Amino acid sequence: MSDITASSKAPGLPEEWREPLIWLAILCTITALFLPLAFLAGDDGIAKPLRSPSGLCVMLIAGAIASVRFQSWLGDLLLFLSSHLTAGILLFMVPAYSGAAGWGFWLLLISSWLLAWQLVSRLSAHRLEGRLQTLLDLAIPIIFGLWLLLLWEMVVVGAGVPFVLLPPPSQIGARIAESLPLLWADFQQTFLLGVLPGYVIGCSAGFVVAVLVDKVPFLQRGLLPVGNMASALPIIGVAPIMVMWFGFGPGSKIAVVVIMIFFPMLVNTVAGFAAAGNMEKDLMRTYAASYWQTLLKLRLPNAMPFIFNALKINSTLALIGAIVAEFFGSPTVGMGFRISTEFGRLNTDLVWATIAVAALAGSTFYGLIALIERRITFWHPSARG
Amino acid sequence: MTEPSLKEPDSSEKSVIQIDDLSLTFETNDGPVHALSHIDLSIAEGEFVSLIGPSGCGKTTLLRVIADLERATGGTISVNGVSPEEARLHRAYGYVFQAAALYPWRTIDRNIALPLEIMGLSKKEQNSRIAKNLDLVNLTGFEKKFPWQLSGGMQQRASIARALAVEPHLLLMDEPFGALDEIVRDHLNEQLLKLWAKTNKTVVFVTHSIPEAVFLSSKIVVMSPRPGRVHDVIDCGLPRDRTLDVRETPQFLEIAHRVREGLKAGHSYDD
Repeated sequence: MSDITASSKAPGLPEEWREPLIWLAILCTITALFLPLAFLAGDDGIAKPLRSPSGLCVMLIAGAIASVRFQSWLGDLLLFLSSHLTAGILLFMVPAYSGAAGWGFWLLLISSWLLAWQLVSRLSAHRLEGRLQTLLDLAIPIIFGLWLLLLWEMVVVGAGVPFVLLPPPSQIGARIAESLPLLWADFQQTFLLGVLPGYVIGCSAGFVVAVLVDKVPFLQRGLLPVGNMASALPIIGVAPIMVMWFGFGPGSKIAVVVIMIFFPMLVNTVAGFAAAGNMEKDLMRTYAASYWQTLLKLRLPNAMPFIFNALKINSTLALIGAIVAEFFGSPTVGMGFRISTEFGRLNTDLVWATIAVAALAGSTFYGLIALIERRITFWHPSARG
Repeated sequence: MTEPSLKEPDSSEKSVIQIDDLSLTFETNDGPVHALSHIDLSIAEGEFVSLIGPSGCGKTTLLRVIADLERATGGTISVNGVSPEEARLHRAYGYVFQAAALYPWRTIDRNIALPLEIMGLSKKEQNSRIAKNLDLVNLTGFEKKFPWQLSGGMQQRASIARALAVEPHLLLMDEPFGALDEIVRDHLNEQLLKLWAKTNKTVVFVTHSIPEAVFLSSKIVVMSPRPGRVHDVIDCGLPRDRTLDVRETPQFLEIAHRVREGLKAGHSYDD
């Protein structure tokens, strides 16, 4: 044992000093000290460089070095404080230097990000008891996600990216907050009136037809190939026709959703029904079980992993279908309508706000179905763990 | 179950399974395969009959014909005096497969309840049969476990309990212990023998193990391949309440020797 541990230790720096992210962060901060934070236009109209705040740099370096020294919770806390304080100060200052940020700014941003990275990797290695571990498991993705937004904000504002190309998250957030009634109305129109009914109708129709296909061999040979062709129809081509047939209201959106999700449900359910083993089917035969008994007690439960695959795929397909369908005609409300009209008016923040709502709705819908799946297909080897 | 026509109080020598000149030919792309050829066999009530032979001799196919999982293409067969299909529809037999074939989404007790639900028995009757048969295979206490939480031997015992829960007079077993290790197999063989002595069921048992066949059976049917046919039928006179020690006796070795000779002679050396 002792031989192995001894040989695995490389010569050189002791274990706790080998943290390249920290050293890189310190290097960036020192370099930032000698580079301008931003260029501010003077009274004469000539841009003057603004020095990086040395106090901030010293604090960052001190925090970094101290975190290496203390490998305990104290070190984590120091890392958290130094990286987030720096980021907070930069975030506070950046609107003043919009589009005029210098290398000092970017290096400071990079070093605080590196420290946060180091913090997350240190936190991921911790093993705690019970509730604390759950909290930690939650904190890690939250810190990670916050930093993504933070970097997005700083890069867009600091580099002065045009608003139309990519608005900063703060502006999207503000837009969401002030347009809540509008976004809620869009969500109702698209999701509650279009996606959900279409999803229920499309999935049930796919399932019922799968049972018919299973029961009637003629359908298996005739309908499946035709259905295959139907599934290859481009949604962009079908959507305007559905709008023509079913009008601007939710009816046409439901139709598009049904067309999009019917076939994945049908194919997966048919495959699931066919997946029951020969021995399990013979067993039912020895019990003189009827077709419906065999279907209910063997083939349907056995097909559940397949069916839930389709339900999950369809949850996202349905949302896409309803939004795209609204591009081709809708009342003056709905997520697809909002995206297409506000984009035309170059209100990109509202477009992004709608995208955020769609992403939230879509992933919640998907997550909900995945949760039900875990409860129902607990017995499947993939879920047993 | 009501089967007045199936349970005539005849003599104990009444044959449960009567097979005359039975043949089965599978039509394949490479031409016909003669799985069974001119089989004659009679199995009396209360007998423990083993079908033994090398792979491809049709022993499993013969069992499947008895269970109406395959249809014969020639000759006649009756099970309980009626056709195999009628016998199956009357749930006249319990079938134990090579693997346990328990449904993974059902707990052990729900697995045993499966045939009882299909038969439409009352909840009370179901529960009493589940408890009784779990006890018979020594699995009491494992009702709420899922099959994948049990060992292979326990799973196979549960599948035997499931076959017994139907309360058939005839038990068809297709190499039920083939996938288990020898120690577990010995143990289950002993339990099966006790079960047979206790319940007085007729058992048809497919195996490729000579010691297993000799230890369990009252009659051994030696089969040979290409085409599958009956080579020899050997009566074993071992006492009904035998234990594993019987395998050391000269009588046991003598029967085993005859089975081995039969297998050797029946084997065509063309492969």
